[in-house]
Amino acid sequence: MTWDNARADAIIEAYKALDGAALPILHALQKEFGYIDDAAIEPVAKALNLSRAEIHGVVTFYHDFRKTKPGRHVLRVCRAEACQSRGADALVEHAAVRAKGHDAALTLEPVFCLGLCATAPAAMLDGELYGRLTQKRLDALIDGCVR
Amino acid sequence: MRALRFFLPRDAGALAVGADGVARALHTTAQARGLAIELVRTGSRGLYWLEPMLELETPRGRIAFGAVEVGDIAAILDAVIADKPHAKSLGPTDAIPFLARQTRLTFKRCGVVDPLAPVAFKGLDAARRLGAQATIDAVTQSGLRGRGGAGFPTGIKWNTVRAAQGERKYIVCNADEGDSGTFADRMLMEGDPFALIEGMAIAGFAVGATKGFVYIRSEYPHAIATLDAALRIARANRQLGPDFDIEIRVGAGAYVCGEETALLESLEGRRGTVRAKPPLPAHRGLFGMPTVVNNVISLATVPWILANGAEAYRDFGMGKSRGTMPIQLAGNVKHGGLYETAFGVTLGALVDEIGGGTATGRPVRAVQVGGPLGAYFPRALFDTPFDYEAFAARDGLIGHGGIVVFDDGVDMAAQARFAMEFCAHESCGKCTPCRIGSTRGVETIDKIVAGQDRAANTALLEDLCQTLKFGSLCALGGFTPYPVLSALRHFPEYFGAGKSRQAAE
Ligand SMILES: Cc1cc2nc3c(=O)[nH]c(=O)nc-3n(C[C@H](O)[C@H](O)[C@H](O)COP(=O)(O)O)c2cc1C
Ligand code: SF4
Ligand code: FES
Repeated sequence: MTWDNARADAIIEAYKALDGAALPILHALQKEFGYIDDAAIEPVAKALNLSRAEIHGVVTFYHDFRKTKPGRHVLRVCRAEACQSRGADALVEHAAVRAKGHDAALTLEPVFCLGLCATAPAAMLDGELYGRLTQKRLDALIDGCVR
Repeated sequence: MRALRFFLPRDAGALAVGADGVARALHTTAQARGLAIELVRTGSRGLYWLEPMLELETPRGRIAFGAVEVGDIAAILDAVIADKPHAKSLGPTDAIPFLARQTRLTFKRCGVVDPLAPVAFKGLDAARRLGAQATIDAVTQSGLRGRGGAGFPTGIKWNTVRAAQGERKYIVCNADEGDSGTFADRMLMEGDPFALIEGMAIAGFAVGATKGFVYIRSEYPHAIATLDAALRIARANRQLGPDFDIEIRVGAGAYVCGEETALLESLEGRRGTVRAKPPLPAHRGLFGMPTVVNNVISLATVPWILANGAEAYRDFGMGKSRGTMPIQLAGNVKHGGLYETAFGVTLGALVDEIGGGTATGRPVRAVQVGGPLGAYFPRALFDTPFDYEAFAARDGLIGHGGIVVFDDGVDMAAQARFAMEFCAHESCGKCTPCRIGSTRGVETIDKIVAGQDRAANTALLEDLCQTLKFGSLCALGGFTPYPVLSALRHFPEYFGAGKSRQAAE
C-alpha cells in the first residue's frame, strides 16, 4: 500500500515497547509499505527516544531496508560462493538484462546466501524459494513478473 | 486397508525444488484412486540431491524415493500398491550410504519427525536433576566447542556467565548463519526446533538467565515460522520452565551481525557495528548484562549431551575436537547435503567419497571450507582431517562446517576478488583496513590479473592482507586474507604466474 503516516504511527506504537525495538519496527513498516519512507524517521526516533541521525543510520546500515518503493515483484538471485560454483554470476547478469526497463514490475536485489547451497543456484521471488535454477527457469519466473 | 503413511519434507531446501507440488500431487492422485493416505511433513534428512525425498512407512521400516517429481507420483503409488520397485526407489532410508555412515546426534530427529510434534525435554529434566553447576560441568566435560566458527569451549563460556554479577542474564542464540555453503542452523530450526528451544532452556537454567533471544537472519522465513510455532507449543506446554522465555528477532541482511557483539548491537536496535572486547559479552553483553551468545548447533547439541552423558559425546572425535560436526557439502558437488559425523574424517573423504565429486562431473579444482572467510584448499591438502587445530595448522578454518566445491571451470583470481569485494560490502566500517583496504584489494587483484606491475602488485596485495590481519577488530577484516592468500598461494596460475615478467610488464 502507499505510504500512510497514520498507519505508520499505529505500527510504531504497536512495537515501540519492545526492548531494542528499532529493527522490529522497521521490519513491520517495510512489510506494510514495501519500503521505509523518509517520513518515518522522525516518528520512529521520537518513539524510541533516539536522534533522527541514529534512526537514519540504522535504516541505511542494513541491506534489507529499502528507501524507495520496489516494483510489484522482488527477485533476489543468490550471489554467494556456493551459487557461484554453479553459475550464479551468469544468472545474475541475465536477470539484470531481462529486468531492464521493467522497474515498475520487477526489482532485483542481491542476496548473499539463502541457505540453499546444496541445491544451488538459488533465488527468492516474492518470498518463494527456487533451487537448481537454470536460465530457462529464471526466464519463466521473470516472464511471470514482467508480462 | 490402513492408510499409507508418507513423509515428505517441508524444509526450505525441499520446497525450493518443488516439495509442495509433490505433496499436492500425492493427495490428488490418492484421492482419485480412493486410496487412504496420511502425509506427514517433516524436516529434511539433508540428502539434498535427492530432494524432494518421499518416504513411506512399511513393516520393515521406512523406504525412500527421490528425487521425486510431480510426474512420478502415479507410478510410485502403483509400485507401492503392487509392492514392486520404482525407478526412483532408494530402498530402506536408513540403508542409504550417505545416511548409514553418519553419526547423527544433534540431527537425530531432524528429517524423521514432524517438527512440531511435541517432544519430552529429557536433557532439561536431566539438567534439573543434576543442578546448575553440574550441568555446566557436563557441558565442559563433553568437550563441546562453539559451532558458530570460533570453536570456544561452551562450558567455559557458561561458567563465566554463571559467575558474572548482573540484575538479569540473557541467552542469545546466534542464528544469523551468513556463511555461504552452510545451512545446518536452518535445517535444524526447520526440522527439529524443539532441540534448540530445549538447549536454550538448559542454558538459561545453568547460568541463571531469565530471557532468551534467537536472532535469525531474514533470509530464513521458513525457519522463523517453524521456530515461532514450536515456541508457542513449548510455552503452552510449560516446557520452558517457570522463569524463562524466548523471543525471536529477525536480522536485516547484514553479514557482520553474525559477529556476536554486532549481533548484540543489532538486538539493541542499533547499527550492527562491532564492539571492542573487553568487556566480553559474558560479562557485559545484551543491554549491559551477562550474556551467553551461542550458535544454534552448539545449543541444540546440549540436550543430547545431558540426556546421554558427557562421556558418550566426548567419545566421538579426535584431539581437542570432540563429538560430532554437521558438515555441509555445498556448491558444485554431486551429493550435496548435511553429513553429521565425528571429527577426524579427511577433507578428501568428504569431497570425493561422501560428496561423490562434482555435480558437473568435472575434476574438483578447489574447495572453500568455513564460509567466505575460509581458505581455498587444493587437492594437495585433501588429507587434512576435519578438526579445528588441523585446519588452523594449514592456514584454514572449519568455521561453521561448510564445504563449497568448485570444478575446474573456477577462476580462482575471481574468487579472491570476490572475498575482498564481500569484505568491502559487509564491513561495519569501524576499521580502516577493512572498510577501505578491502576496496584497494579488489583494485590490486584487478591489476595483477591485467598483468600490470604483477610482482609489485602481488607484494602489495600480500602487504594489504597483513594489514587486514593485524589491523582489524573482528574476523571479517581479520580473516578475509584467508581466502585471498590461499587462492594466491595454492593457485598462482590464475594470477598470471608463469607468464614471463617482460610480457607482463
Ligand atoms: C563476521 C563474522 C560473522 C559471524 N557469523 C556468525 C554466524 O552467522 N553464526 C554464528 O553462530 N557465529 C558467527 N560468528 C561467530 C560469533 O562471533 C560467535 O563466535 C559465536 O556466535 C559464538 O557461538 P558459539 O561459541 O556457540 O560458536 C561470526 C563471526 C564473525 C567475525
Ligand atoms: S574488521 Fe571490519 S567488520 Fe570487523 S570491526 Fe573492523 S570494520 Fe567492522
Ligand atoms: S550460496 Fe547461494 S544459497 Fe547459499
